[in-house]
Amino acid sequence: MTQYLFRRLISIPLLLLGVATVAFFLSHFTQADPLSALVSERQMNNPEVVAAAKQRWGLDRSLPEQYLIYIQNLVSGDMGVSFRTRRPVLTDIAERLPATLELVIFAMLFGTISGVALGVLASRFQNRLLDYFARLVALFGSTVPVFWSGLLLLYLFTVKFSWIPGPGRLDPRADPPPFMTGLLTIDSLAAGQFDTFLNALHHLVLPSFVLGWSVTGIIARLVRASMLDALGQDYILAARAKGAGEARTLFRHALPNAMIPTLTIIGYSFAYLITGAVLTEAVFGWPGIGSYAVDSARTLDYPAIIGVSLIGASAFLLANLITDIAYAYANPRIRLE
Amino acid sequence: MSIVVGARAHWMKNLTLRPALVAGLLIVGFWIVVALTIDVWTVYDPLKIVARKLQAPSLQHWLGTDALGRDVMTRTLYGVRYSLSISFVVVVCSVVIGSLVGALAGFFGGWTDSVLMRLVDVTLAFPPVLLAMAVAASLGPGLQNAAIAVIVVWWPVYARLMRGQVLDVISRDHIEAARAGGASSFRLLTKHILPLSWTPTIISATMDFGQVVLLAASLSFIGLGAQPPAPEWGAMISDGASHFYSWWIAFGPGMAILMLGLGFNFIGDALRDILDPREH
Repeated sequence: MTQYLFRRLISIPLLLLGVATVAFFLSHFTQADPLSALVSERQMNNPEVVAAAKQRWGLDRSLPEQYLIYIQNLVSGDMGVSFRTRRPVLTDIAERLPATLELVIFAMLFGTISGVALGVLASRFQNRLLDYFARLVALFGSTVPVFWSGLLLLYLFTVKFSWIPGPGRLDPRADPPPFMTGLLTIDSLAAGQFDTFLNALHHLVLPSFVLGWSVTGIIARLVRASMLDALGQDYILAARAKGAGEARTLFRHALPNAMIPTLTIIGYSFAYLITGAVLTEAVFGWPGIGSYAVDSARTLDYPAIIGVSLIGASAFLLANLITDIAYAYANPRIRLE
Repeated sequence: MSIVVGARAHWMKNLTLRPALVAGLLIVGFWIVVALTIDVWTVYDPLKIVARKLQAPSLQHWLGTDALGRDVMTRTLYGVRYSLSISFVVVVCSVVIGSLVGALAGFFGGWTDSVLMRLVDVTLAFPPVLLAMAVAASLGPGLQNAAIAVIVVWWPVYARLMRGQVLDVISRDHIEAARAGGASSFRLLTKHILPLSWTPTIISATMDFGQVVLLAASLSFIGLGAQPPAPEWGAMISDGASHFYSWWIAFGPGMAILMLGLGFNFIGDALRDILDPREH
């Protein structure tokens, strides 16, 4: 286990270096002059600013030197300045991170709960109508474009039924809680602002449903398969023979074992959630990293878009690491190795 | 290849036993026919203004008209040309590049394997949409660049798949026999290993078609893919987003993406059952 952990931990910095290298090449092979990714258009005519940027990013040096400087800057947290917001990319991202995190957590909750429920249902009624129905619902979720379902549901529930508040994280008239974690649901509860909490929750319902549904299918498919696997084992027969009820057999005996392989997929589905969050945020006007990435891409704001993909890749690597460790811990065969 | 021939013998039986496969073939077949023949029977021109703008669906305009007064139904039907051609190019290129890299890595092992697979790891470390966005933005907006961006994101999947498959096949006895018989590396790889390694790639590629359609449309939705006035689905949904109260502008193209995605998924699922019975 220690050896396994060690190997995994060692691979992370190497992968990050690889990711940064890809980012370097991307920023270098933009169609525009690499300088234009560092200096805003208006300041292009200012020789002092241009010279300073050239020097700081080493644009007057050779390619390998530029690469070293690029990596150095990244290590010290300098991802350049967005030329849309005119602020350091890292500051922009840090400010928007909590919104994305909150959305992804709620989406993950919804996706996991619905995925496990559908998977258990499908395995219990294998090859019957309910099984096909559950699988179809799951399949729809992973096939439907979130930027389309989000748009239509938003229209349906805000304009037609007015059940759901419009885009954004809070109503404009709501009282934003003092900043603690940046997660509005937690901050508002901590500050005792119950109305704000409900309002934030209300705003979260639709986007986290749309986003979460995209991973329901992945989770449901695996839960179904591993439940079928578990239900065929002798200990289930033993449990049934002892007179355990159906619910007890399913949830107490089969599900915990089926959840071990599922754990992995829940972690990996994080990747889908990051991906989906980009587009979901764009549709729901959610002020997170995703909509930042989309706005940056639309305006060809290279430092920002490359910064976001760097952060996204790091988050992704971290999530996979945590998943692997959790999996190794939950599975004694790996833990004791 | 014998597996494929075997499957062909059971073709009819497979069709009658698999309603999902039939549905998938019908859906995908429908869109292919539309893509090939629409010029002949279309009522409206997808690029011309044919009515008042932002009209709700009616008998004349089944899916209404968009912000300029173009027929949304016609544009949706024409849109399939972009989606099918881009996903075809992307899947074929990714399969070729990925399989080549994976086969070389698996066959030669050692340094070749390490270097190639680290490249795969790094590419897979990026969340797909973000990498595709970054590449597409770097190359500049446009359909062709969007396709390149999706290929950059997609090939590593096939590299991993093919490497695993080659490693599996290479340890079998007949490879040892061929090697003892003096077959060259090239001959070993092309005649003895690759023919036995294709099945998972074919299944995965079929399943991926729908996902590639989705990713390409996402890039266009963001504005990095097809440019106006092209009737591309992602771009049309983006149009719909900026005319929020005219829901019908986005409705058709989204349904079309969903249909194609489901269709390819049904076919891929059935292919997996037929070609690779071990999975079940």
